[in-house]
Amino acid sequence: MINETVVDLSRLQFAATALYHFLFVPLTLGLSWLLVIMEAAYVMSGKEIYKDMTRFWGKLYGINFALGVTTGITMEFQFGTNWAYYSHYVGDIFGAPLAIEGLMAFFLESTMVGLFFFGWNRLSKAGHLTVTTLMALGTNLSAVLILIANGWMQNPVGSAFNPVTMRMELTDFAALVFNPVAQSKFVHTVSAGYVTGSLFVLGISSWYLLKGQHVEFARRSFRIAAAFGLAGTASVIVLGDESGYSVGEAQHSKLAAIEAMWETEPAPAGFNLIAIPNEARQANDFELRIPYVLGLIATRSTTEVIPGIKEIREKNRQRIESGIQAAIALEGMRKNPQDEAARAAFMAHEKDLGYGLLVKKYVEDPRQATPEIIHKAAMDSVPRIAPLFWSFRVMVGLGVAMLALMVVAFWHSVKGSFQDKPWLLKWALYSIPMPWIAIEAGWLVAEYGRQPWTVFGVLPTHLSASSLSVESLWGSIAGFVGFYSLLLVAEMYLMFKYARLGPSVLHAKTA
Amino acid sequence: MFDYATLKLIWWLLVGVLLIGFAIMDGHDMGVGTLLPFLGKDDTDRRVMINSVAPHWDGNQVWFITAGGAVFAAWPLVYATAFSGLYWALLLVLFALFFRPVGFEYRSKLPNPAWRKGWDWGLFAGSAVPALVFGVAFGNLFQGVPFDLDDSMRSSYSGSFWALLNPFALLCGVVSLSLLTLQGATFLSHRVEGPLQRRTILAARVCGVVLLVSFSLAGMWVARMEGYVLESIPDVRGVLTPLMKEVGRAPGGWFANFNNFPQLWIIPVLAYAGVGVVLASIGSGWTLLSFVASSVACVSVILTAGVALFPFVLPSSAHPAVSLTLWDSTSSELTLKVMLWAALIFTPIVVAYTSWAYRVMAGKITRDYIAANDKQLY
Repeated sequence: MINETVVDLSRLQFAATALYHFLFVPLTLGLSWLLVIMEAAYVMSGKEIYKDMTRFWGKLYGINFALGVTTGITMEFQFGTNWAYYSHYVGDIFGAPLAIEGLMAFFLESTMVGLFFFGWNRLSKAGHLTVTTLMALGTNLSAVLILIANGWMQNPVGSAFNPVTMRMELTDFAALVFNPVAQSKFVHTVSAGYVTGSLFVLGISSWYLLKGQHVEFARRSFRIAAAFGLAGTASVIVLGDESGYSVGEAQHSKLAAIEAMWETEPAPAGFNLIAIPNEARQANDFELRIPYVLGLIATRSTTEVIPGIKEIREKNRQRIESGIQAAIALEGMRKNPQDEAARAAFMAHEKDLGYGLLVKKYVEDPRQATPEIIHKAAMDSVPRIAPLFWSFRVMVGLGVAMLALMVVAFWHSVKGSFQDKPWLLKWALYSIPMPWIAIEAGWLVAEYGRQPWTVFGVLPTHLSASSLSVESLWGSIAGFVGFYSLLLVAEMYLMFKYARLGPSVLHAKTA
Repeated sequence: MFDYATLKLIWWLLVGVLLIGFAIMDGHDMGVGTLLPFLGKDDTDRRVMINSVAPHWDGNQVWFITAGGAVFAAWPLVYATAFSGLYWALLLVLFALFFRPVGFEYRSKLPNPAWRKGWDWGLFAGSAVPALVFGVAFGNLFQGVPFDLDDSMRSSYSGSFWALLNPFALLCGVVSLSLLTLQGATFLSHRVEGPLQRRTILAARVCGVVLLVSFSLAGMWVARMEGYVLESIPDVRGVLTPLMKEVGRAPGGWFANFNNFPQLWIIPVLAYAGVGVVLASIGSGWTLLSFVASSVACVSVILTAGVALFPFVLPSSAHPAVSLTLWDSTSSELTLKVMLWAALIFTPIVVAYTSWAYRVMAGKITRDYIAANDKQLY
């Protein structure tokens, strides 16, 4: 049996390293395009101030980028170190976008970032702008490929189980690339990065304006950030809705958990604005509902029914029973490849194999799965409600708050009246942490909401982990969190120091 | 286009190409990092060294990242078994590598000497530790790694971290460390001048000699070691798992490929020739020739190890029959095909823009250049 503590600690380590990585990536995604816009303004207008803007925000970009690279190295190898069975079971599909990410995107980004910093005096204006653009392109291509890989975990298309090699194998590469979940996740995620970059520039520029420093520099930065930020926020919300639509199609359990919707109700279902979910009773102790809204968002129809948690668990219980037959037949086929009866039974139940594996959390041999065990596995098949319900609402609430800020900031930036509005500048300044909180909450919704699966409906999380010792895991978690935290302190220190120094640092003799 | 067996063989070569790309490209900036505390006599010298690789180290490191991704995509079982088994060895490499992005980027952002010195040692660790551990890992491949596979392909590892650091593996670590440091020293001698260049030349000579001695000793050791021999395997054009073959062990087994195909001896000979050319040319001002010759040594040393191990990729000392080979641990035919297309399209593009980046940034890095661009440089 797989040690449950090892599985839990492996999940904790993955969550910690991924959440750390994602403190830095969104800012890189957004700032890179802002740098392109600023530098394009420099090349077209010839005004030095735009070059200063590109270089100063580029310095902050670099301080952030370094930790993005540092924490990113871990992600490329952690599937092997801590999720070995996952890597074997789905590497045939999941490894490809990761390797292509390296070849196609990460090389481009990392080569161009060097020329971005050191090529100012060696490249023509247009040449340097091209480098900056390729750098931003590389960063965003990276996100495409990572989200293709992640989209497959959410909605495993274009693949089939091979009983000889005991793993999932690729059957249709185009289906993997054009997975609708990956597409909407990509735009939603990079747009969240654009909002992060915009709010970062907007907030720091506001601070300069409040202090009356670098006024011309800050005014121009503010305007660019407000425009780009408004577009980004609108895109996050529209594509968030699109994600909601694909989540609804691919993963009813995630949607039902996000909404704390225990019972299936007549279409279109209502939306719980606030609820206090009670797992033991399988009901909400309190709820504040808006009728019809959820059904319209998730199904885009007035007639399609969204299944509630209880109905999903009941359906999953049936799939688990069918999947157990698949697992038993698979063992028969492995013992005797000529066993035609086992092959026929496997073919009949193959699509539920993943569900059958859910009982392996409780028994090694699926034959010994009692009705109680099957019931427990069915209960596991929907993630815990409260964390999902609340992190989703934090994400959406912050998204709406940022949209309001961006609308107002853009309005006043068009009117040219923002620099004498301290309330607006303070609002922007104190909103700087918002996108990070929203993004981390969004990660939780997407990945915690996928539980109990690493690959939805295919491979349970508890089977995916490496066979490591509890001591090793505590050691590595302490190592990662300790090391990353120290580096984060150094990063924040430099970030604050350079933000305070402002653009004058570009021309000063000593810092 | 190709049958499955040919695809498997091509992917063995492509993983080799990525490792070689890593050794040549990331190898030279790791070599510079390893030499940093020893050759840089003052802060300016160290900044000269750092800035000789500053625009390129990040792109170069992607050879390492991509090699990891390619092993995942082409050999999922190798990726899973090796990295979970050698857990602490890989984590040691990762933790060391963490120092590099921040070391380069943050070091010169503050004038405080203690801050800068701290990051210099960080850059040293981030360069020397991985360079050493890669050789140690190869050394353990020759000895076999204690892992087993059950019939669902779940791997379990029964060794310890400390057992990896045995004398033979450490000798292989000396080979890889001196190889990559030589690569760094020849690169530096091309990019710097004056007293720093003279110290660099001395370092290249020392590394060259250490490499020749350690490589020869490792070869003699391998000749007497029990190698792994593939005794039977089903048709390699088919869909295989590592549980279908028989593997034996024989003294000198790792030399079997060289003995069966004597023309392969040209590969280790080229390693000696490469280092020989470095030693002959390093003081003469033909700095680019020295770097190319050192790169030839990188290619030959890695190929020598790969050819000796062929077709094994991860031999198992606990249960030799489940050793992972390039024939039975690969991805499906479709994945190998898709990945081959990706490699054929993107690798030339990567090589093209990387070369362009080096051309843009070409030329000697001098102390005056550092002083004149204090705020712009690392």
